[in-house]
This record gives sequence, C-alpha cells and structure tokens, in this order.
Amino acid sequence: MTDVILSVAGITKTFPGVRALADVSFDVRAGEVHALMGENGAGKSTLMKVLAGLYKPDAGTITLRDEPVTITSPLVAREKGILLIHQELSLSPELSVAENIYLGAWPTNALGMLNKRKLRADAKAALDALGCDFGPDVRVGTLSIARQQMVEIARAQAFNADVVIFDEPTASLTDGERRQLFATIARLKSAGVGIVYISHKMDEIFEITDRITVLRDGQVQGTRITADTDLAGITRMMIGRDLASYFHRAREDFRDEVLRVEGLTHASLFSGVDLSVRAGEVLGLYGLVGAGRSELVETIFGLRHADAGRLIWKGQEIPFPTPRQAVDLGMALVPESRKEQGLVLGMGGRENVTLPHLAMFSSAGVMDRGREREVFDTYRDILDIKTTGPEQPVEKLSGGNQQKFVLAKWLCAAPSLIILDEPTRGIDVGSKSAIHELIAKLAEDGLAVIVISSEMPEVLGVSHRILTMTEGRISGSFTGDGMTEQALIDAVSQPANRAVQEDIA
Amino acid sequence: MTALTSRMRGTTADWLLRNHIWLFLALAVAVFSMASPYFLTVNNLGNVLTQAAFIGILAVGMTMVMINGEIDLSVGATLALASALAIGLQPAIGVWPAVFVGFLSGVALGALNGTLVALSGMHSFIVTLGGLIGIRGLVFVYTGEEALMVEDFAYTDIPEVYLGPLSLTAMIFLALAALFQWVLTSTRHGRETYAVGDNIAAAHDAGIRIKRHKIINFTICGALAAIAGILLSMRLGTAEPNAGRIWELWTIIAVVLGGTRLAGGYGSMWMTVGGILTLAVLRNGLRLLNTPNYVELMVMGSVLILALGLDRVLAARKGAA
Repeated sequence: MTDVILSVAGITKTFPGVRALADVSFDVRAGEVHALMGENGAGKSTLMKVLAGLYKPDAGTITLRDEPVTITSPLVAREKGILLIHQELSLSPELSVAENIYLGAWPTNALGMLNKRKLRADAKAALDALGCDFGPDVRVGTLSIARQQMVEIARAQAFNADVVIFDEPTASLTDGERRQLFATIARLKSAGVGIVYISHKMDEIFEITDRITVLRDGQVQGTRITADTDLAGITRMMIGRDLASYFHRAREDFRDEVLRVEGLTHASLFSGVDLSVRAGEVLGLYGLVGAGRSELVETIFGLRHADAGRLIWKGQEIPFPTPRQAVDLGMALVPESRKEQGLVLGMGGRENVTLPHLAMFSSAGVMDRGREREVFDTYRDILDIKTTGPEQPVEKLSGGNQQKFVLAKWLCAAPSLIILDEPTRGIDVGSKSAIHELIAKLAEDGLAVIVISSEMPEVLGVSHRILTMTEGRISGSFTGDGMTEQALIDAVSQPANRAVQEDIA
Repeated sequence: MTALTSRMRGTTADWLLRNHIWLFLALAVAVFSMASPYFLTVNNLGNVLTQAAFIGILAVGMTMVMINGEIDLSVGATLALASALAIGLQPAIGVWPAVFVGFLSGVALGALNGTLVALSGMHSFIVTLGGLIGIRGLVFVYTGEEALMVEDFAYTDIPEVYLGPLSLTAMIFLALAALFQWVLTSTRHGRETYAVGDNIAAAHDAGIRIKRHKIINFTICGALAAIAGILLSMRLGTAEPNAGRIWELWTIIAVVLGGTRLAGGYGSMWMTVGGILTLAVLRNGLRLLNTPNYVELMVMGSVLILALGLDRVLAARKGAA
C-alpha cells in the first residue's frame, strides 16, 4: 500500500463529559477523494481538528508519507502538507488574494522586507494551476464566496499540500459554483493530492468520492468503496441502531392548536412557511444545516423580524412578539448554541434558571433567593442534573448538564409551547436519551413541542409529525408510516426549484 | 468533618481568589505603617478615605457600567459640569436649586450616553470619548475658562459633618458602594447587569430589555458623577473648568485593579472599594515618604500591572484546578 499518503491509527480524544473520538483509524490514498460521514456529533469535526493541529489527541498516531508526525498547530499542519478548508472561510477580507494565499508565510528578502514581486508571481502560478478567473491583486472582500473558497484551495496548491480536507464545502454555493468546485477537486486529485471530503449531501458523496468512512459516536463504523455501496447501506451505518426500541415517543393525545403560522416569510432566509402544532404534539422539523430552520423558529419567537405572514396563538391572531412578549405568552425557545445563546456561563445554575422570569422571582425589584433556590432544587431533582450546588458556575458542567439547565430555565415558567433547536447536539448518549424521555413527558403533560434536529433517528424517534425544510421552504410533511429515513432524505435533497411536495402520508 | 473543613478552606481560598485586591491593600498598609510614623493614624486614614471618596463615587457608577460590558469615559467631564453648575447657578437660583440642577445635568448626560450607545450600536468607548471632549468643552464655555468661586462660603461647611474620623463625603461614598452592592446581588436590575455583561445573546433570548437596561446603568453612572462633582464643589468652594481631568482613567484603573473585568459579567462593589482604597493608600503613603510625583506615577503604574498579572495567574490556577 505505497499509495497511502496519510494514515491515522488509534486516535482518541476526550472532552469533559464526552468521548469525542475513540480509537479512530483510517487512511487516505494519493489521488483519492475519501468521504468522512456521520451524524452531527459523531466526531467528524473533532477528527478534522486533530488533523489540522487545532486539537491535541489523547492517544494515537498520525503517519504522513510513512513518517510519524506530531501536529501541534495549524502552521505545523500546513508545513507537513495538511490543509483544512473550513466551512466558514478563514480569510482576511482587507488583504489581497496573494497576501491571503501566503498568509503567515510571506516571502521576504535578505532585509526581512516583503518580497512583493515573488509573492505576486507565486500566487499567480497557484491561481493559474487551478484555472481561477481572478488575479492575485484583487482584495478578497470583493470576491464571491465561491471565489474566496478558491483562494483557500489555492493555498493547497501554493504549499504543495499532500492532503486537503474539505468541511461542507458546498454549503453556501450555487449549483454552478458547485460544479466548478468539483472540477477543481478533480484537478487536485489528478495531481495526486489525497482529499478528505465531509458533507451531509448524499448525492455529492456518491458523485465525487472513491471511499466512504462512517463515524458514529466517535467510533469508526467501517470504510466502504463508494461504488460498492448505496445510500441505504451508508445510512444504516450512520444510524446503526433500532429506532423503534431506542426512542420513546409520547402517547398520542392531541388537544387544541397552540400555534399556527401562515405564509411566514423573511426576505433572505425563508418564504411562505405554514405550520401548526397542537398541545400534546411533538412536531419535528428536519432539514440540512442552513435550510433556515433555526431562523424560522427565531422569527416566531421574536428574535428576528418577519417580512410577511400571520401568527395565530391559541386561536387568536396576534402581532409578531418581541422575545419578552413571547416569554410572557408562554413560548420557550431552547436555542441551538447553548454557550452563545442559552446560558450565562459565569452564573450559577440558580441564577441561570430564573433569568427569563426575574419578575416572577422578585417583588418590587428585589430578588427572592429562597424561592429561586426552591425552583433550582426542584429541577435539579426532576432532570437529575449533576452539579455541586446552585452557585457552581455552569461553565464547569458537562454539555448534557448544561443543556438540562437550559431546559429547566424554560420549563419553570410552565410554557404552552417549547421549541427545542438541536436539543442533543454535542452531548453524550446517556444525557441524550434522558432528554428524549423528557420531550415525550412534556408532550404527555400537554405542551406543544417543536423539535429541530439534523439527526435523523432523533427526529424520527420523537416526533408525531415531521416537516422537512429545504432552502427556506417546507419541502414535505410526513406522519405515521410515511415517516421513513428514505422519505426524509428524498425530501431534503431535492433542489428547491422543483415542485414542493405536499403531504405524502 | 473533613468534608466540612475542606469545603470551608475551599471557600476561603475562593474568596481570596476573587478579592486579591484586599491582600494588596493589607500589604500596602503594612509597608507604609512601618515606613512612616504618620501613616497609621486615625486622622491620616480618615483623610485618605475622604480623598478617595470622589473617585470612589465615580468608580461605583463605573463598576455598574463595566459589569454591563461597557465603559464610560465621560465621568470626569460630567463631574466638572455638575460642579460648575452647582456653584455658577447659585447667585441666580439659590444654593439647593443649583445643586439640584447640577445633579440633573449628570442624570441627563448619563441617559444621553446610554441612549446613544443602546440605539446607535456604537461602542461605548467611542460614544463616551465624544462625551469626554464635548462635555469638557461645554464646561469651558459655561465657566468662561475661569474658576467659579462660591459667593457664600457657608456652602463649603455643608460636608463638614464628621462621624469620628469619617467625613460626610466618605460616608456617602461607602453608603453608595453598599447600596449598589445590594443592587447587584439582591435586585432584578443587578442580576440583569451581570447577565447582559456576561452573555448578551442569552440575556436577550431570556427576554431582558437590553437597551433600556443599559440606559439605566449609564444614567446611574452619570448621576453618581454629578454627586461626586457637587461634593467636590462643596469641599473646594470653587469650580475649576479642569476639575476631574483624567479622573476617568483613575476611576477605570481602580475598578480594574479591584478585579472587575473590562469584558463584563464579573465584578463587585467590594472589589471596587478595595481598588479605590489601594490607590488612595499608595498615593498617600508615597506622599508621606516625600516621593517625587513622577516616581509616584511609576509606582502606581507598576502596581496596576502587577495586580492584574496576579489576577491572571490566580484565574489560570483556578481554571486548572
């Protein structure tokens, strides 16, 4: 196997409370496109960051061209010939294309001054090799996203990278730009570069990759030759467990409609969205990252302004609320990013739980710490939160326990509707099933629940009804036996310009 | 039993980690007590406290704004304006109405700062830097570039109330610090102050009205600057157009020295009181030792960096534990 360019063996990486990678081994050959697949939280991004020098693995070896290497920083990774192309591009918009390509490694002359001529010539050579239609002097901020991505790829060319890792490269590209990207990847491939390709889009994976390695819960499930496998096989490897027995779905006891939105539109993010949810019902919202799901619920909750549409709350049309009004109406939004939006990390559990309801826990502006303490104790017991006490800053807790505090924070005001955006992202399996049970219990207690998830088994396992969202539109609605993996994949992978599919079930 | 002692030890260590400034203060007091026989006297310490009170009152307001994640550079100029109005308006409208107008000027400027920050989205550093220059200009226009003298010197007797060695000014400072410490720990407004400073997105999602909240804290800061200005005018009997110049910097130094974070979300009034007293003791002690002015500045600059360095080291150790 002389053509193996990069191999990793036994990589393990543990974060507080989560085992992100467990004994991961795989290899990349020269001139191959190797897909890395798995659900969110399966460990793909951790593995990438280990390869790019952003994380230090706890154990394991990385071998590059038959030589063991230790990658301690992104700079070292680049020197060794590994280049990561991030989903969010990491360029300096005020600098020129040439300056960006060689960022951190600008050629200098004997006096330590920037050798502009060489910089420009080298950059031009790299751009030409990739067939770029722009020059080295353009300011990067004026380029389209697709061209900016080419600048990043030009770095691979310029530094003679052996391995290039693409993380969801087509997430923000148009169809034409995607074609160009694939042509560029083919060029790199024929030059003998090993490519690691990460994407959620199954059609792309089957179109351009040679082999597929599937990760689940931080472990390699297997490597397959793309030509010898199919969608169902890969999906089974990604999900890998018996859904029906694993998830706990709430008993069906639907009552009055709590929320209905009609024709909800936000100029650039989504348009014409209709949805409704009843008390006692769990509505799943499935779609790829970037489909507009989070933005949709943020608009309902008043964090974004709607451009058009109607909102009917418990049978009455109301104007779109501010977040404060949404809380007072009885809506709760558990956001996708716990740390950025959900918790005040420096505060203890007690203070985080009561934060949206300070009026409830104070009289004449003075806080009632005794009652706060009672609520804290109640939810710590109900949700089984592991913490040393009400004042322990939540930044010290594991992801699962943090998420439970976010839930406690919204549940303690007894809302009528709770929206959970990726409620189990990045938390360990044990806490995941605790949260799934809680979702079922909430619905059985008569709450209306909306669950957004990119994890197919989760959304299939907990929902009574599922809406799929594709590029800002509702692309399908499924209930009962109509809720299958294949149906959801078909609904989200169809291009948006095709006719919108209605009620398959 | 063992568990209990270890927990208690943990708490003491925690307290020291959070309030390292009081260790610094104790050290400074010990050193100056040995170096100068005049330092550790009731009279001298009473004076230290009175001298510290003016910047101290500014620092109380600054702490609120800084825990919020903002900064107010205009407090020195606001102090000068309130002081000038409190003295300059006396012949026209009488002593207490003039004092009241001086106070209102601080409230109004604070509210203006807060409104501009909240509504424009500009950083408070820029907004209040504008305030610093603009308000100072206003003071020069109003005073005609001359110091205003009080006509009736009974005005300067107002703060001459003592409780033992404690002057009325010092008492007002300590009372305000205690009041706002209570606001921070026990009221809804205080809770919101930390939440907004630590994670503004989470606070917004929780339904806290960020803009209104910030305007309130800038208004508090402006009002306290005006109170400091009025007390200063009473103490001096004059209003200098240059009064309070670079005091905003000493105020920020004291607050940061205490341990309140510039980034927001963390801090307390006790830390700020510790920072203020440390600065005042250093200044007083060095003067008793006849240290030249510029050496005094060098020492104080070094202490600031040392204290913050210690804070970083302790925070890193705590994070590792």
